[in-house]
Amino acid sequence: MSDSMNALRAATDMARPSHYGELPLDDWIQAVVKDWLVPVLRPFFRALQMPIQMLLDNLQALLLAIPFAVLLIVIVLGAWRAAGRGVAIFTLVSLLLLDWIGIWRETMITLAMILTAVVFCIIVGIPAGILAARSDRAAAVIRPILDVMQTIPSFVYLVPIVMLFGVGMVPAVIATIIFALPPLVRLTNLGIRQVQEELVEAGRAFGSTSRQILWEIQLPLALRTIMTGVNQTLMLALSMAVIGALIGAGGLGLIVNTGLGRLDVGYASVGGLGIVLMAIILDRVTQALGETGRDGKGAGG
Amino acid sequence: MHGTPPLDPSSTPQAARRIEVRGVSKAFGTRADEALELARQGVSKSEILKRTGAVLAIDDVSFSVDAGEIFVVMGLSGSGKSTLVRCLNRLHDPTVGSIEIDGEDILKASEQRLRELRLGKITMVFQHFALLPHRTVAENVEYGLKMRGMGKAERREKALKTLENVGLAGWGDRYPHNLSGGMQQRVGLARALALDPEILLMDEPFSALDPLIRRDMQGELIELQRRYRTTIIFITHDLNEALTLGDHVAVMKDGRLAQVGKPAEIVLNPADDYVSAFTRDIDRGRVLPARTAIRRPADPAALSALIEKGAASIGGSRPLHEAFGLVSGGKPVVVIGPDGKPEGQFDATDMAAMLAGDDAGKGQPAQVRPEAGQTRQGQTRQGRS
Repeated sequence: MSDSMNALRAATDMARPSHYGELPLDDWIQAVVKDWLVPVLRPFFRALQMPIQMLLDNLQALLLAIPFAVLLIVIVLGAWRAAGRGVAIFTLVSLLLLDWIGIWRETMITLAMILTAVVFCIIVGIPAGILAARSDRAAAVIRPILDVMQTIPSFVYLVPIVMLFGVGMVPAVIATIIFALPPLVRLTNLGIRQVQEELVEAGRAFGSTSRQILWEIQLPLALRTIMTGVNQTLMLALSMAVIGALIGAGGLGLIVNTGLGRLDVGYASVGGLGIVLMAIILDRVTQALGETGRDGKGAGG
Repeated sequence: MHGTPPLDPSSTPQAARRIEVRGVSKAFGTRADEALELARQGVSKSEILKRTGAVLAIDDVSFSVDAGEIFVVMGLSGSGKSTLVRCLNRLHDPTVGSIEIDGEDILKASEQRLRELRLGKITMVFQHFALLPHRTVAENVEYGLKMRGMGKAERREKALKTLENVGLAGWGDRYPHNLSGGMQQRVGLARALALDPEILLMDEPFSALDPLIRRDMQGELIELQRRYRTTIIFITHDLNEALTLGDHVAVMKDGRLAQVGKPAEIVLNPADDYVSAFTRDIDRGRVLPARTAIRRPADPAALSALIEKGAASIGGSRPLHEAFGLVSGGKPVVVIGPDGKPEGQFDATDMAAMLAGDDAGKGQPAQVRPEAGQTRQGQTRQGRS
């Protein structure tokens, strides 16, 4: 019985490519990335690094320079205007708590990091989404790229990013951008494509150029969907805080990682709490901004 | 309205031609040219779709529209009527054919020239209104003026005036969703009229409205058209609407024109079974002009005598239903021609026969009917009304 099984296995193993030796795909990728991609593209990526570095440094310096009380009032009032009293109270209590448990500085560092990532996501993502919406050919190119960005585990691209950019805040921001960008592109595309065909036709029938149709009709009507995309991007960026810390990002992610390394449950939890509270505040505020973006459409039916 | 009897095909008065559509076809799909080639060989639409993946929406359509008339294109959904109207302002580009508007071939117009045309000459009203929900009513009406580059104050003034003309004074600062369907379509109409168009394309503008409101809007459209003498291309799937509004009606089927003619011609001389199936359910009293009920040779002396004896009279182009009250008691009604002279006469039985439509298809005017000279004892027809 077991003899015949073994014979069968030996026979079928003949069909396995690995029977004849292993394909050294990992070596090839290593060779291409390390010996070709990185040296060739390094100047390009260094140039890319600059604006991110600038925005990040300035934002972080600003957030840390503003006195606690002033920043607290500004954020709470902003939350109030955008999302109402409930969210404002929650924001106030959360921010006081974050300072009380001693992680205010780390919170601001993380905030600067994800805001930088989101700003660049918007700069790249919304135009890419518009392009995809207006040209099926562009959409056919962009969609698989987004698929790849969303399916590759973020740990996989951390390595080439470190090779290209080194270790630090900026590489972490770049990893965050890659991770958080896709939903914004997809939802911008979707929002524009969802605008009723008759409205776009009306724009054309009344002498609008395609640029005028974009600004007068498509973008205003897609705004709510685009804001949902911004909200999603923000949430994803925040979820990269911990992974980003692996390649040198500071802030709350670093607290979690340090806690993990020392098996210090308390310290890790404090960092985790900071991320959760920030996520809730940012989510509520951006969602509320999306709601007010719909204007006239609201009460009707 | 027109100087000659309605049943004579050569009767179209020599009004200025405004739109001349010649041999226009439109196929959607990457292999549109191939599809048209197949269509020319007589291959059916479904077969063309199977072989080329292209949808043949319009197949070799030609017609012309006079200045200042309402030209109605009637057809069921999928007949290509919406595509056809969109070819007239080139929201769709025809695959082949030519479309001349006031002598200009618009298929050769540049993007720039097209925008000029759309901002001055040809505007459009949409089935589902196509109002911008994030703009106020006045801002919606201003849209075309803004595209034209008109200043803020000036275009607001023009928009408010146009809103007043369509009966929406005071609604300018509301949003479209605050308005009922009928009012929203008035906004759509105002948006088009604000540009003082010479040609108005209306794609099933009243189909989304309640029947009562639709009736009102039809009446107002005729009013407006009389006031401004705008040339209107009106799309509908409702033959009653087509026959009520149209100076000429084109019946469309599967991308082709089954028949083009005056309403009375469509009703009395349907070109084929398809058209005649439609005409069975229509309200003939509203569509047919009074002169179609004349069934005996005109004898001017006898007619004058009848009038002197106090017989009722009706204008020959008035709708037949207006004579309902005049024919009671078997009295004859004298039909007056456009020149003010009597054209002929009919009585209740003649009228009932015409309304019942049991001679539809022959469509011969009274003069040639052999029994028409006899008096009433020979009548066998039953009136339904």
